[in-house]
Amino acid sequence: MILAVIALPARAQESPYIVTYDHYLEEPGSLEIEYFSTFGTQRAGNDFLAYWTEFEYGATAWWTTEVYLDGQTTFNDSTLFTGFRWENRFRLLQHEHFINPVLYLEYEHISGADKILKEIEGHDGEADTVGPNALARKEHKNELELKLLLSKTFKGWNIAENTLAAKNLANSPWEFGYAIGASRPLALKASVQRCSFCPENFIAGIELYGGLGDRYSFGLHDTSHYLAPVIAWNLPSDWNLRLSPGFGLNDNSHRFLLRWGVSREFSGFGSAISRLFGGRS
Amino acid sequence: MTVRVSAILLLLTQGVVTAQTNSVPARKDNSVYAELAKAPKKAAVRQNPLEHDPDAVAAGGKLFALHCAECHGEMAEGGRKAPSLLAEQVQQATPGTLFWILTNGVVRHGMPVWSKLPEPQRWQIVSYLKSLTPAGKSPQ
Repeated sequence: MILAVIALPARAQESPYIVTYDHYLEEPGSLEIEYFSTFGTQRAGNDFLAYWTEFEYGATAWWTTEVYLDGQTTFNDSTLFTGFRWENRFRLLQHEHFINPVLYLEYEHISGADKILKEIEGHDGEADTVGPNALARKEHKNELELKLLLSKTFKGWNIAENTLAAKNLANSPWEFGYAIGASRPLALKASVQRCSFCPENFIAGIELYGGLGDRYSFGLHDTSHYLAPVIAWNLPSDWNLRLSPGFGLNDNSHRFLLRWGVSREFSGFGSAISRLFGGRS
Repeated sequence: MTVRVSAILLLLTQGVVTAQTNSVPARKDNSVYAELAKAPKKAAVRQNPLEHDPDAVAAGGKLFALHCAECHGEMAEGGRKAPSLLAEQVQQATPGTLFWILTNGVVRHGMPVWSKLPEPQRWQIVSYLKSLTPAGKSPQ
């Protein structure tokens, strides 16, 4: 209700990435609500549809905080809520540089049945998602995840590289992973007219992501990797749509992941909340 | 578990509200405009490659409405969050300086970096800003 009455659309230019992060944060005071879905094939079990909702808020120009709610449906099995994540991203440098670093901190409380595959870490593989939900949901994971996000935009191209270190707080070793992305709008100049199908509203790119083992067995052995073209459509009606077919690159990977998402940004949300608590802005 | 989740959510809410309440308010004094002087000389002397593009001002106006007007006002007159862009300091700044500010933002004062907009779009916005009538002058 608050969103509908008070907040204004912001029409931000969204990145097309679904797994990789670039160095751009949410605009201060803006709330972005996103819904994403991943369809995954499973060779030795039932295919699944995993989904998550994100509430992403620009606390300041250098800090974005985000809450995820995860769920999944495994065909011929069941539908589950699988946990939540709280993510924070901090811009480390004030100005643009040759490479722009952002620090990412995330706490996850998820069950073993979580299948959103938002990041691939350690020795994650297709075999991890094959078990029945009734068993998988009994496992609970409290994880801390750190990422260093490096990104650069040059002549319309964005190149981003993320290095990931995650630790299950139940005395498990640190696990590692990576994500690399490149993207570019289909046109660099804006057209004069407001339009839905102008090429500058489309951003296309590609992502490569996967695991890098853990503290005791760092490397590519027994890890999974994906290559995924991505495309985003920034509609002038304030909506953003994303689509990404992903292809497993080795036998440990799911053969095919189809991800899609829809998001909408609301500016003025922070001011509205502040007013509720007696603030001026 | 419930207590832990509640505590985390409470912490999150408090953080968000605190950040919003403590965000640096838009200042009408010269300190905001002082950022203009921080543009390196090499950046400040850059020419707008779209200076003679007949569509640049109109396209820049569209981009301004999409990305900038929410904080700087529909007419660039300024608001609570961000200063007026009709001010003398802005209007007298070189195109290169405005482009540099757009690219780098003023993160300390709440303005995000806009390098995610491709360079030509940032220059289109600069074209639009330079087409505005400075405060205190009548439109011709």
